[in-house]
Amino acid sequence: MSSPALTPAPTPTVPPIERARRSRPAGRGGPGSRRLAGTVVRYLLLAILFVVLAGPFLWQLSTSLKGATENVFAYPPQLLPARPSLNAYAQVAEVIPVWRYIGNSLAVAVASATANCLFGAMAGYALARMRFRGRKLAYFAFLATIIIPFEVIMVSVFLTVRGMGLVDNLLGVILPTAVTGLSVLLMRNAFLAFPRSIEEAALVDGAGEWRRFWSVAMPSVRGTLTVVAIFSFMFAWDDFLWPLIVLKNPDNFTLTVGIQYLSGTFSRDQRVIAAGTMIAVIPLLAGFFALQKQFFRGVGEGAVKG
Amino acid sequence: MIGRRTFVPWLFLVPGLAVAVAFYLVPFANTLLLSFTDARALGGGQLTGLDNYARLLDDSAFWLALRNTLLYVVVVVPFMVVLPLLLALLVEKELPGIGFFRAVFYSPVVASMVVVGLIWTWMLASDGLVNWVLRTLRVVNEPVGFLTDAQLLLFASMFVTVWKGVGYYMVIYLAALASVPKELHEAAQVDGATPLRRFFSITVPTIRPTMLLIGVLSAIAATKIFAEIYVLSNGSGGPGGQARSLVMYIREVGLGLGGEIGYASAISLVLFLVTIGFSLLFIRASRGEEDVA
Repeated sequence: MSSPALTPAPTPTVPPIERARRSRPAGRGGPGSRRLAGTVVRYLLLAILFVVLAGPFLWQLSTSLKGATENVFAYPPQLLPARPSLNAYAQVAEVIPVWRYIGNSLAVAVASATANCLFGAMAGYALARMRFRGRKLAYFAFLATIIIPFEVIMVSVFLTVRGMGLVDNLLGVILPTAVTGLSVLLMRNAFLAFPRSIEEAALVDGAGEWRRFWSVAMPSVRGTLTVVAIFSFMFAWDDFLWPLIVLKNPDNFTLTVGIQYLSGTFSRDQRVIAAGTMIAVIPLLAGFFALQKQFFRGVGEGAVKG
Repeated sequence: MIGRRTFVPWLFLVPGLAVAVAFYLVPFANTLLLSFTDARALGGGQLTGLDNYARLLDDSAFWLALRNTLLYVVVVVPFMVVLPLLLALLVEKELPGIGFFRAVFYSPVVASMVVVGLIWTWMLASDGLVNWVLRTLRVVNEPVGFLTDAQLLLFASMFVTVWKGVGYYMVIYLAALASVPKELHEAAQVDGATPLRRFFSITVPTIRPTMLLIGVLSAIAATKIFAEIYVLSNGSGGPGGQARSLVMYIREVGLGLGGEIGYASAISLVLFLVTIGFSLLFIRASRGEEDVA
């Protein structure tokens, strides 16, 4: 966090290079003490990084809990609220329809995750399993959507959405990313990796294409479906630029646009803005911390397989 | 025998293809076409040849936005390649409580950019926590205008991008590090190679493709930069819009009050060429890797 070339620093107590050298494990002494020193240094670094990466969240949390009579601009800053209160959280709902925004974001994210899983799997299945003229062409069409950044075409997409009368409509937010090329190609690869023989057994039983897809192929790619669902949910929940373009009426905002609107237009009260951001982020962080073990285990397994 | 009725595959493809065609391929062709017209939100649409592109040459706001975007790539990418790797090396070892730290370092990734942007708007305000720390450590005497000076605003956004992104690339590195052969490290250790030496002659060569991939992914992400600058500047792009990125400028020109769709399309194509340029660079570089191997 160095501020580039401002007023020349009046020499901090320890020059940075010196500090780095000192933090190295001692080097002398027995191997046991060296390892201990190494562990201590590791935890020291972890603690510093904890402050840098989690500190801003905690500071925001602290600000949101400060009572109305507390000075949030106090100098030096008051790290902990002296008179903790949930007042600011109640005020968020008075300034913006925050529950409505959460509902809108949920609707968009759930719809996007569902559509990406279902339609992505259908298209991926056709590309992986069926032989037909134009398959290569369809494959390249999906590939192209990955290569073209959405930001490049957003003005034209807006014209399309406007032509469909979907400006200021959540459907207009959902549709462009309802089935992404990435979802289709991920599903295609999952089906390709799944042995065909099981499906052929089902074919002997005389199952139709849809049944073979739905009851035989789909259950065997559950892992990839989960990945597609999580990715599309998170992307839709966090997306800012496109909803900002499509949604005009503050009643229809999603949570990201609504929180930005809260900070921009109304209330200059830092407590309320902080409470708004906490409402937006706490559910996600809670969910992530609950699932983090599986998440990092999945990362490890992926590496072993790859 | 699968798919003997020729229309069946297309039934499976219809929803996905409809979205790809209606919201990607047609708009892309449309962007290309509109860039040669004077189309506006209301009316216009006459072919004007290369007028929009000629106008770009004299548009100082465009050049500034392009410069800001390229500067963003140049500054952010090295940090994104190196910092997450160091972070991954730090949390790779199984220590008591390490799972907690991994999760904490990843949490900025989970939060949306708007939330992160607002948190840092508060941190970087002239009476914010960062300025207090800098003044207490006597690094500066006067509060630094991180959010009021266009140049500093741009660097503050870059910092926020890196802060939010390190956890994401850390996870990619963790997966790559797990594939570095342990025996090599052990053998080198027996031969008396220092940890630093082992890092550069065993770890780095093995994870080189990952470093390359992260370089390109973060470069392409940086060319599309929008939310960080937008939130930190409360939508203005800094004083006089001087910290605007290309995407911010496209949005203002094409979707703002003027609604100059034709001109915005020309700028969009410049953005496209920039991103394609970085992708080609990646393909080139990974080909080179294969030749070496």
